[in-house]
Amino acid sequence: MPDTATKPAIQFQGVGKRFGDNVVLDGLDFSVAAGDRVTLIGPSGSGKTTILRLLMTLEEANDGLILVDGVPYTHEMRGGKRVAIPEKRRSLVRRRVGMVFQQFNLFPNMSVLENIIEAPIHVLGVPKAEAIAKAEDLLEKVGLADKRDARCTQLSGGQQQRVAIARALAMEPEILLLDEVTSALDPELVADVLAVLRNIAETTDITMLIVTHEMQFAREVSNRVLMFDGGKIIEEAHPEEIFTSPKHERTQEFLRAVL
Amino acid sequence: MNDFWNWDHAAAVFPSLIKGLGVTVLATVIGMVIAAILGLLVAIVRRSGVRAVTWPVGFLVEFIRSTPLLVQLVFANLLFTQFPSLAVGCAVLGIHYATYMSEVYRAGIDAVPKGQWEAAVALDLPRGRTWRDVILPQAIRNTLPGLGNYAISMFKETPFLAFIYVVEMYAAAQAYGGGNFRYMEAITLAGLLFLLVSYPTSLLVRRMENRLA
Amino acid sequence: MSDNLQILVDLLPRLGEGVLVTLELTVGGAVLALLVAFVLGLAGRARTRWARVPSRVVVEFFRGTSLVVQIFWLYYVLPLPPFYVELDPLACGIIALGLNYGAYAAEVVRGSINAVPTGQWEAATALDMGPVHRLRRVILPQAWPLMMPLFTNLLIQLVKGSALATYVSLHDLNFFIGELRKGTTETVFAYTVGLLVYFAIAYALTLVMNALEARAKNNVGQGPSLREILRLTPARVDTAEVRP
Ligand SMILES: Nc1ncnc2c1ncn2[C@@H]1O[C@H](COP(=O)(O)OP(=O)(O)OP(=O)(O)O)[C@@H](O)[C@H]1O
Ligand SMILES: [Mg+2]
Repeated sequence: MPDTATKPAIQFQGVGKRFGDNVVLDGLDFSVAAGDRVTLIGPSGSGKTTILRLLMTLEEANDGLILVDGVPYTHEMRGGKRVAIPEKRRSLVRRRVGMVFQQFNLFPNMSVLENIIEAPIHVLGVPKAEAIAKAEDLLEKVGLADKRDARCTQLSGGQQQRVAIARALAMEPEILLLDEVTSALDPELVADVLAVLRNIAETTDITMLIVTHEMQFAREVSNRVLMFDGGKIIEEAHPEEIFTSPKHERTQEFLRAVL
Repeated sequence: MNDFWNWDHAAAVFPSLIKGLGVTVLATVIGMVIAAILGLLVAIVRRSGVRAVTWPVGFLVEFIRSTPLLVQLVFANLLFTQFPSLAVGCAVLGIHYATYMSEVYRAGIDAVPKGQWEAAVALDLPRGRTWRDVILPQAIRNTLPGLGNYAISMFKETPFLAFIYVVEMYAAAQAYGGGNFRYMEAITLAGLLFLLVSYPTSLLVRRMENRLA
Repeated sequence: MSDNLQILVDLLPRLGEGVLVTLELTVGGAVLALLVAFVLGLAGRARTRWARVPSRVVVEFFRGTSLVVQIFWLYYVLPLPPFYVELDPLACGIIALGLNYGAYAAEVVRGSINAVPTGQWEAATALDMGPVHRLRRVILPQAWPLMMPLFTNLLIQLVKGSALATYVSLHDLNFFIGELRKGTTETVFAYTVGLLVYFAIAYALTLVMNALEARAKNNVGQGPSLREILRLTPARVDTAEVRP
């Protein structure tokens, strides 16, 4: 159970998001406690990716507030009005949030090591030697110590995704967003990536927000599952509970289709 | 203020600029017709696969394309003194741009799916008919934006004709400037007239590109 | 014919001077064009209208008004009232070439930056890189190889455009062709030699640009490195690297 004394790591308060006439999120409320591992499930196009992108400021919400550690992130209420928070202050929150993408998005103009140390050195101001040592540790952790100086384009998809995970972890994020990180991979490469993520879940207390179609993985790693449909959360429960006895009819339908 | 821009000069030079613009447009149209036809022939010849033909044609295309149009114009005008400069100029413009257009056609022909050739073979169509009835109609559609872009580009290069004594728009401006020791209005107006024609045309071509894309 | 060759040999130093002037125009024009291209190209995708609109106007203006008009505007109009700016003819040529081809290249810069996959922008944002850092370290290194082939085309166009310099009293390669013709009284000989020299310059520049393009591509993990190309032996394809 989340500790009620501490502020939730992530909090959505009445968040709305439209693309033109397409209302994707409509007054969405939910929160994630620090250290929680939350999996978002729901039909395609329901807005799971959009939630993660809002948290990464890759999209801008039309209504409502997003708070990180109880502090307004992209917008705040000032004199009863919702106003955008300037980029400088957003940046301070954003650097505590990391994201791993479906398509890896490694920088092809940099080596594996350079991908990992670029932001710690130039964004956080970590000394170079320290950043390299840290990166080597992380590469060890994701099982790619020997690829330190390789070109990203020479790696398999699974290896690239593990580098991308190391790159995100190098920023020492408090919150890690994972958007279908295995769905662009050949089936035989999925296991390695999931093993790395399982290891992170076991050895760190990073708050994780996971979108995945790997229900088995969701079951093993997460301690809460949010079923998402029609711009709202329609069911939330412990994975054992939701996967074995879903209450909501839509959840039952959805799980029948994917399991 | 009068020093900067004199409307009397502007008005005086305007009629000859418009006359020059007529020559400029005429040269562009004739040049582009030559380029469009010759470019297509070059593209087809270069696809023939006969080394003895494709190699020299390829070299010639490369040579013409990477040497200055201006020098080619002056050269041709010195060689073919029996023809009027405007005719020589249009021919050189046409040949120079044919080398660009041949690339546009090549890309257009390459963009026709391979299945179309195979279907033509399956139907036992003769090669000439395949080209005429199947490939070219599809290829040429793809080449229209390229044709438009090069027409605009040729239009802006017609002032080179001034150096072989064709009185197109720039030559008219320069003649007025030299005669009156007053270049400001003449050359500026010539530039603005180029812009006035080429910019709307390029907007049209861009729209066509977007529609075809 | 051998007389002609003798005259050509005698005129070789003059040919050298002509080529030098053409190369000065080319390099000067290209450097200015590159500068103009990046300034206008980056401004052309700025968020504020105050940068975007002026950049578009300048680009369309220099693309639309014809190089010939621009160079002679600088040459004939600027020295007269009300400007009284007498430019050195070489500066005149370089500025006209740089602005004209810079405007074309600005579109190349803008288009190539837009062609870098959005995932790269987003990954950089997710690492909290600022806009300048992101552009300099992530986006431009990837846009650069996309720009190269188009820059090569423009560079060859620029060399060709530089032949106008003869008419602003510069003794460039084009001017030399005229001298050679007067010397030999052989139009065909003089122009064939002259055009071949232009061709050689264009060819050499294309080779250099292709090498730079290969290097730029290799830098983003596409194609062989320049060293592998120059070694001329087929590069070893390390398939073991691709799969674990
Ligand atoms: N940039 C955009 N412009 C317009 N519409 C968008 C954009 N991004 C997302 N959408 C729309 O928003 C809705 C939610 O998209 P989102 O990607 O968040 O869904 P998802 O739940 O992640 O789906 P999936 O499981 O297929 O990944 C969809 O209807 C999509 O078409
Ligand atoms: Mg998604």
